[in-house]
Amino acid sequence: MLHIKCPHCGMRSQNEFSYGGDATIKRPELGKEISDQDWDNFVYNRKSLRGKHWELWQHLSGCRQWIKVQRDTATHEIFKTLKANEEIS
Amino acid sequence: MTQSFRLESGGLINRDKKISFKFNGKNYYGYEGDTLASALIANGVHLIGRSFKYHRPRGFFGAGVDEPYAIVQLYRNGETEPNIKATEQELFEGLEAKSVNCWPSVNFDVGAINNFLKIFLPAGFYYKTFMWPKSFWYKIYEPFIRRAAGLGTASIKHDKERYEHKYEYCDVLITGSGPSGLASAYSAAKNGAKVILTEDKSRFGGTLLTSEVNIGNQSGKEWADSIISELKEMPNVTVKNRSQVFGYYDHNMLVMSERISDHLPKTKKFHPKQRLWYIRAKEVLISSGSIERPIVFGNNDTPGVMLSSAAKEYMKVYGVLVGKKPLIFTNNDSGYETAIEFKKNGIDPIILDTRKEPQSEIIEEAKNMNINIKNSYVVVAAQGYKKVKSADIAKISDNKEELGSIENIECDCICVSGFWTPTIHLASQSGNKTKFNEDIDAFVPGISKQNEKTLGAANGIYTLEETLKDSFEQGNQLSKKITNNENKVSFPNVVEKKSTVHDKFWCVPLPKGKNYKRFLDFQNDVAVSDIEIALKEGYRSIEHVKRYTTLGMATDQGKTSNLNGLQLVSKIENKVVPAVGHTTFRPPYSPVSIGAIVGREVGKHSKPTRKSPMHSWHEKNNAVFVDAGVWLRPRYYKRGEENLFEASKREAKNVRTNVGVCDVTTLGKIDIKGPDAAELLNRVYTNAWLKLPVGKARYGVMLREDGIVMDDGTTTRISENHYHMTTTTAQAASVLSHLEYYLQLVWPELNVNVVSTTEQWAGAAIAGPKSREVLKKLFPKSDVTNEGLPFMGYMEGDLFGVKAKIFRISFSGELAYELNVESDNGYFMWEKIIEAGEEFGIQPYGTEALSTLRIEMGHVAGSELDGRTIPYDNSLEGLLSKKKDFIGKRSLSRKAFAAEDRQKIVGVVPLDKKTSIPEGSHLVKDSNAPLPNPKLGYISASCWSVEHDNPFSLAILKDGRNMIGEKLFVMSPLKNKVIPVEIVSSHYVDPKGERVRS
Ligand SMILES: [Zn+2]
Repeated sequence: MLHIKCPHCGMRSQNEFSYGGDATIKRPELGKEISDQDWDNFVYNRKSLRGKHWELWQHLSGCRQWIKVQRDTATHEIFKTLKANEEIS
Repeated sequence: MTQSFRLESGGLINRDKKISFKFNGKNYYGYEGDTLASALIANGVHLIGRSFKYHRPRGFFGAGVDEPYAIVQLYRNGETEPNIKATEQELFEGLEAKSVNCWPSVNFDVGAINNFLKIFLPAGFYYKTFMWPKSFWYKIYEPFIRRAAGLGTASIKHDKERYEHKYEYCDVLITGSGPSGLASAYSAAKNGAKVILTEDKSRFGGTLLTSEVNIGNQSGKEWADSIISELKEMPNVTVKNRSQVFGYYDHNMLVMSERISDHLPKTKKFHPKQRLWYIRAKEVLISSGSIERPIVFGNNDTPGVMLSSAAKEYMKVYGVLVGKKPLIFTNNDSGYETAIEFKKNGIDPIILDTRKEPQSEIIEEAKNMNINIKNSYVVVAAQGYKKVKSADIAKISDNKEELGSIENIECDCICVSGFWTPTIHLASQSGNKTKFNEDIDAFVPGISKQNEKTLGAANGIYTLEETLKDSFEQGNQLSKKITNNENKVSFPNVVEKKSTVHDKFWCVPLPKGKNYKRFLDFQNDVAVSDIEIALKEGYRSIEHVKRYTTLGMATDQGKTSNLNGLQLVSKIENKVVPAVGHTTFRPPYSPVSIGAIVGREVGKHSKPTRKSPMHSWHEKNNAVFVDAGVWLRPRYYKRGEENLFEASKREAKNVRTNVGVCDVTTLGKIDIKGPDAAELLNRVYTNAWLKLPVGKARYGVMLREDGIVMDDGTTTRISENHYHMTTTTAQAASVLSHLEYYLQLVWPELNVNVVSTTEQWAGAAIAGPKSREVLKKLFPKSDVTNEGLPFMGYMEGDLFGVKAKIFRISFSGELAYELNVESDNGYFMWEKIIEAGEEFGIQPYGTEALSTLRIEMGHVAGSELDGRTIPYDNSLEGLLSKKKDFIGKRSLSRKAFAAEDRQKIVGVVPLDKKTSIPEGSHLVKDSNAPLPNPKLGYISASCWSVEHDNPFSLAILKDGRNMIGEKLFVMSPLKNKVIPVEIVSSHYVDPKGERVRS
């Protein structure tokens, strides 16, 4: 079970969180024209990375905040966590 | 029976307390502090079971967790448990155990015929022999194997024992209470660290209980006892015996099973049988010691052949002799310690040492005791069937390839020592990259991935002094990092006998003309010849060899077999052992009972139960409940002898003709507040929300980004910046997360707050043509006329002093209202509704009638919004705004979603107007078409239409909009039904929607 540092609550067990996918995907702006290919990339196409990956988790049974977590998908090492409004650098 | 192999004195058992037990129906006695194994050996019982594949006789091989043979079926307090190691099971009064793998009995075993037909059971026998002909597998092979093999029988009774889970945090977790565990725990504890020290066995001390050493002028055991009693007194220390840390998981989470009651005849009141600990440790010190490895020789599985360390442990801990004519077969000094112990107890052992001229303090001592030592000697084969009777021995050449002439010597046990294998399971599980240590011919931990360090013998350090020094230091350093304290512990004076190097010899060659079986894996009956076959057949990767031959795959996980298997592969392949590599160690280190893993989450405790505030009213009024997620909802209210069908028909009919009331508390409710609330709704719902006036409700549909319908419900504008959203019962949690996702990550600029209020409000739907009459009585001061409270209107009302929200919304398609009051007032509200409705014939209705009403109205619910349908499929396309963008809109222009013959919801009526249509059935054009019959659609929901008094279903049908009036067939292979049907509109009742507005 992972141990995730919520930027709001501190170190908590994985079972308080739910996974939310790739954190680097930006939703296209509402009302803007977008090609089929770009839309498909946003909705469906994800890289299944091995290694460092920025991903979203929601602290469901805690503060309910969505957070960004940089995790190694192979080793599960967690390098960094950010609040929703903090930019991935 | 007398305990003829029990020594007159000695051991750590309590000779004042005799314990009676039964094995295979016979009565025996042992002492308090015995294991089942030590008590049986004391009674001269060496035949305990039959082997897995060949059903060869099996005795005892070890004295603890590494035991591959002595697995029994245990009977305790009216319960039975399989896969119990006799070497681990502590004796208790009234214990009963039986052999496994024997049919019909341990002494006469039909399966032993396999032994003579061994040609049929070579490596990969599961894959080869039993593959053909196919039908033989089910009819003959499988039942035969299942009966003849296996490690016992699981009880089919409900387990009445209690198992608990516990979560714990600590600074330093130390796994094993041998010298390294005790020393590191002591120095870490002295620095104030929060320490947990665990021990698998009942006694603390590990090898200190059996070795002849001196620490600070105390014997090893005395020193261990004094350290443990000091640790127990310290408030920052937890020591746990009978506790096996069996798994090392991510982020320093370790799991341990504590056997609290297994050693007692019966679990004490209010105590659990076992407790599973989830321990999150800042640092882990692995002090799991090492396991002696066997030397491979002919018939090395005969009862009486066992590890030399086990023979010593039986003498020193249990006061039991494993034999009276022992042969010690060793390649290192450890065998001498066992021989010396035999000699001290008046038994004359013979040592066969594979080494030519070894010299050390221990060997010197053995010589001084006049122990018979034969150098450059090996055991070629054990003789005897159910017990060792003699051994064929021979001199071996210096290159270890040629055997001298065979001599036969009488013996009743062969104690084997092939040196020591560090127990690296936990380190390996943690992700540690292990490395091969040439000096000890075994793998040791290498580079750590997590915060773990391995100490002492588990790390390949086999001298006590070095182990203690290193362990005191590591405990001190690691705890200092955490607590910033440093209280150095003074290092005690250590006296131990020095030993010399071992001989890297592990397998005795076969003598000419003999074809003895030489076993590597004792539990799974994997012999040298099996590995040879696998390699000949082309298996190279050690992981493949393992699976093909089942080497190391039994419940002992190859604790005694792994390294010898690797040695063999490396020899045949002409590779060094590290190039062969070892198979992956996986949890659990040792079997864990299913009960402990499940814990208390069984039966009613497997998930929470949510009940509405009106639950007790439903109970009093004969409600039959149904699980709706974690909620319990009334399915119907039984009157007299009614069944589900009759009751739900009555309830639904009463809604259509009079008035009914339904508990809708379970609907998800989300409170939405803020100046941008309307903007949020406008973005997540498909229809327009910016102009909804205060005091009005609107139906909305929410999509996922991929265009699939996520949920539907009504949202009401309570005041300028305040909205009350409802969701379906099932999607309540995911809709809240969905809104939070967009507010926090995508549109942080929106000034809106959302919070779940599902539990804050109790809800009741009042539906039917007479519902307004009921409402008038409930709210005499409010104007609830069609003008005062029109369809989709909202107002607040005073329900006899209780504030109520009144929504004019309808799921049933009738004139209907929903009332919400604070949960605490839910019961009061419900009673008032029933009271007021009495004169209008009000009846409560459950989920079954609720479904009937919505199905015949063509209102969609979870069975249509099933995560596979878009708005068009559900005839909800009228709710798609053309003027604005919303979540999921872009996806709807994808080609497949816009196809001409896209699936659509329709109604289905059987031609005979009688036959009920099973949900999930398929719709086909021709019921006699050859298989696979092209499927045109499926039945999503079925009911008995109370309006038309015949069956009616909803279906999602290909090209549904052009299919109205068509005749098709419903096919249900599960129910073996073919029903001719007609496709009709999904709106089977009141297609114009006049009733809700009346
Ligand atoms: Zn949090």
